[in-house]
Amino acid sequence: MNGAARSVPSLAGLVRQAGPTPAPPQLPVKIQAEGLNFYYGAKRALEDIAVRIHPNVVTAFIGPSGCGKSTFLRTLNRMNDIIPETRVEGQVLIDGRDIYEPGVDVVALRRRVGMVFQKSNPFPKSIFDNVAYGLRINAMAGSRSELAGRVEESLRQAALWEEVKDRLHESALAISGGQQQRLCIARALAVRPDILLMDEPASALDPIATQRIEELVYDLKKTYTIVIVTHNMQQAARVSDYTAFFWLGKLVEYDRTDKIFTAPAEKLTEDYVTGRFG
Amino acid sequence: MSETALPALGTLSAGRDIARRRRLDVLFQVLALIVLCVALAALAALIVDVWADGAGRLSWRFLTSFPSRRAEQAGIWHALTGSVFVIAVTAVLAVPVGIGAAIYLEEYGTRSAIARLIEINITNLAAVPSIIYGLLGLGLFVRMLGFGRSVLAGGATLALLVLPVVILSTREALRAVPKSLREGSYALGATKWQTIWFQVLPVAFPGVLTGLILALSRAIGETAPLITIGAVTFVTFAPDSIWSTFTVLPIQIFNWVSRPQVAFQENAAAGIIILLALLLTMNATAVWLRNRFQRAGQP
Repeated sequence: MNGAARSVPSLAGLVRQAGPTPAPPQLPVKIQAEGLNFYYGAKRALEDIAVRIHPNVVTAFIGPSGCGKSTFLRTLNRMNDIIPETRVEGQVLIDGRDIYEPGVDVVALRRRVGMVFQKSNPFPKSIFDNVAYGLRINAMAGSRSELAGRVEESLRQAALWEEVKDRLHESALAISGGQQQRLCIARALAVRPDILLMDEPASALDPIATQRIEELVYDLKKTYTIVIVTHNMQQAARVSDYTAFFWLGKLVEYDRTDKIFTAPAEKLTEDYVTGRFG
Repeated sequence: MSETALPALGTLSAGRDIARRRRLDVLFQVLALIVLCVALAALAALIVDVWADGAGRLSWRFLTSFPSRRAEQAGIWHALTGSVFVIAVTAVLAVPVGIGAAIYLEEYGTRSAIARLIEINITNLAAVPSIIYGLLGLGLFVRMLGFGRSVLAGGATLALLVLPVVILSTREALRAVPKSLREGSYALGATKWQTIWFQVLPVAFPGVLTGLILALSRAIGETAPLITIGAVTFVTFAPDSIWSTFTVLPIQIFNWVSRPQVAFQENAAAGIIILLALLLTMNATAVWLRNRFQRAGQP
């Protein structure tokens, strides 16, 4: 009896190694991946990912380049669908519904799951038209005044309104890099998603612009579920509530951010967050 | 990072090598300039020669008169209107079909073996001699479809001729549109068609237009396929519908050049000036359009 009891801790250790730490059951789940595999041709980029992402928190994906964190992010709004010769196995449930089920409307899905890219990609149109585009294509504004109102609201949410309100009809390519990235955030918010995916949104920005984006992320989590991929571990520690560490296509550890950075369960995670590799 | 890693400037052993590379640099620049001068000189010689011969014949009357056995009464109106009619038919047929085919191949088509086969064939078609298209036009449009020797048959034949060029250049322009732009559009819940129509095509438009200029400029100078389908060399009236018989500027020029009288040679030179002016007008319009569209997205 005594010997069996002593072996329990090591067994628990094994279980932890096999998969991510399950989230405390009382927290609601917004996004849930189960047994998710992803292939580029014959190359397997994601291996058996299982994770539960909670609403109205910021979840950061960290890991070295090529570890699959961006690929996983892009499976959450099926952005990988437009890359030829890719394949998905397993499930991604958003609000309990599998988004890879046949019959899912990808267009409607992407409206609900907004995305901001690593390199800001404003359309070569005016600032106003950039934000209005999503509203127009989704027929979300009934009148010109409603459209203008929604554009202003989105630009305010992205903390950009004061800087651009007098030049709304100038080209979006004329504003600074940091402003362009906030414009892309405003554009994504305009169609009122409930999830916002951000793929290294500040990696091309200077420290001041980066700080503005981080403050914005902090404000936005009141309204949105945010998943952010970052190379920058300080950034993950600053902005996120939960952190997932990816390595070679596997989810190594997923837990509260403070736990990941102060007392990670895995040796690999510890080595990475303390800068010993990657 | 050690301090001895950088040698002092004076000790750099690359000095002789740099001098040699500089000489090569200058040599290449001079060579390029000479080549440019040769090309421009040939063009200038052509224009000066044609202008010297034909400028005296240019007049409103020359522009608005019909052909005649007497050189001084002959005009170019029939051939000018013929060219404009034919090129209009060519554009109406080739532009939508060409751009549509390119959009399908580039945006919707899969990377299958059949797609590659089609791609290779289109590239080859762009290199087929124009006379072959003339024979195809003769068999298909003039005889089988019963268009006769009409503007429609001519325009349709030239449309087939330039279609590969339009498709290839449009695909090139579509391919040059950055992926990030498409992703940005899809991420907002745009459909494929909305993405193509609102984001991809406007950005690709200047490139598409460049391809169209090249294609239509080629069409307007073509002679062989139109002679093959039976464009007549001597018509005494201007076309008034797509069913009219017609001639075009290059055929009229060829007709005049083949006459022994000096006066007809002058007519030919004047005809060349008109043809060049027409080409220039078309290209200038396209360039103006392109700049307008390019500016729309620029800061």
